[in-house]
Amino acid sequence: MDFIKYLITGISLGSVYAIIALGYTMVYGIAKMLNFAHGDVIMVGGYMTFIFMNSLGMPAILAVLGAMVVCTVLGIVIERVAYKPLREASSLAVLITAIGVSYLLQNLALIIWGSTPKSFPSVVSIDPIVLPGGITISGETIVTVVVSALIMIGLTLFINKSKLGHAMQAVAEDKGAAQLMGINVNATISITFAIGSALAAVAGALLCSSYPLLQPTTGAMPGIRAFVAAVFGGIGSIPGAMLGGVLLGIIESLTKAYISTELSDAVVFAMLIVVLLVKPTGLLGKKISEKV
Amino acid sequence: MAKMLEVRDLHVSYGAIKAIKGISFDVEEGEIVTLIGANGAGKTTTLHAISALQKSDAGSITFCGKDITHMEAHKIIKLGLAQVPEGRRVFAGLTVQQNLEMGAYTRVDSAAEIQKDYDKVFEWLPRLKERRRQQAGTLSGGEQQMLAIGRALMSKPRMLLLDEPSMGLSPLLVKEIFRIIREVNKSGVTVLLVEQNAKMALDIANRAYVLETGLVKMEGNADDLANNIEVRKAYLGC
Repeated sequence: MDFIKYLITGISLGSVYAIIALGYTMVYGIAKMLNFAHGDVIMVGGYMTFIFMNSLGMPAILAVLGAMVVCTVLGIVIERVAYKPLREASSLAVLITAIGVSYLLQNLALIIWGSTPKSFPSVVSIDPIVLPGGITISGETIVTVVVSALIMIGLTLFINKSKLGHAMQAVAEDKGAAQLMGINVNATISITFAIGSALAAVAGALLCSSYPLLQPTTGAMPGIRAFVAAVFGGIGSIPGAMLGGVLLGIIESLTKAYISTELSDAVVFAMLIVVLLVKPTGLLGKKISEKV
Repeated sequence: MAKMLEVRDLHVSYGAIKAIKGISFDVEEGEIVTLIGANGAGKTTTLHAISALQKSDAGSITFCGKDITHMEAHKIIKLGLAQVPEGRRVFAGLTVQQNLEMGAYTRVDSAAEIQKDYDKVFEWLPRLKERRRQQAGTLSGGEQQMLAIGRALMSKPRMLLLDEPSMGLSPLLVKEIFRIIREVNKSGVTVLLVEQNAKMALDIANRAYVLETGLVKMEGNADDLANNIEVRKAYLGC
């Protein structure tokens, strides 16, 4: 019975990783860059939710929506100021800039909110469910899984069914040809950052509700794990990010339960190495053919 | 006849390499004009400069009386100038139907008007209709070329730029593609065709320009050029 409990915890944690990984993978797909500041947007989302709820006394849902708005703007501004000027630069320059933005956000948070961890009030107010067999599922777990599932379904429909979604796929595949169709590539990149950052805000609120310690480095480790999840599933692939995220959460949870808490990251990274050795493009990644 | 496209003293370079060293040419409404020349003559670069995928260093490009030299690439198709790029560049992950939908991306007229153009494209290119739910990446080379043409036509262009549409296709398919180009032109679309297959290009074109290392070396009536001894030696192999 314990196994089921750990599995559910893993799915819940993994769905948060999946939402974060979606941000990584969409930005990689469209802008061909690794946005290592993505994890820190989660942290900003957490702080904003905290401020809207605690200091301004807003209801949880409004607080999360407010955090999504702030993070959307933040994501667009980061892209405009830090990444857009480097559109023609080498990918190494962009990568280093992204790491710089990550430290900038963490240190700004340190200046504004201090280093003392804040105790995050859960955004979830529904009661736990007790399953037959005595397994208790917390309200946080239920909401996390449901919200993540809705986000994944919504995003999949958006990408595959809407005209804008098709345009995003076109830009991801061939920017030049997309421009010939009249698609504004810069606007598409902005939209991608906006969506990724709004999702990061949701992830921040959900993550802090289950693990209620909020500090400037809160987003760093989940961000890196979600990056691993995105690579695991095949970077650039949306279903891959979802699968990779959930699998990673389950592996982490089961490792913590049955092997060792300290080793969980080691096991996660070892799994990544094995997957990449067997299938270098990740579980659902496609082989990118180089243009001649 | 009115001038549709006017290119004046165009210069384009890739870093230190000058690819186009001051070329001028015109396309008049209703014409098929072809740019022929060997690899590296600057044919594709010229088309990229017109569509603003490549920045021009100097000179001017005017389309329907409007200076488009420094226009952003994604705004050009709205003026009625569509390009079928070299190597087809269809969106492999999207279906045939979705590729066509991308061609009509900027259109704001009614769904019924757009549907008319779907019907027209499917009439010209019936193979696309059979395969419209298939991913573009699974099509054969010839079908992808047809899709690239159909996709450009979905923007309801006044002028079509075609970059090496015969590349990598069997002689039978090349014939088919050229037949389609002629039909499209007859329906009122002006055509600027870039080709290495000079024989086929001169066959359907009204006028032609011969490019050599970034300069216009010869220009004139397509039939005259096809009979020109220099052109025959260099590009027609006879």
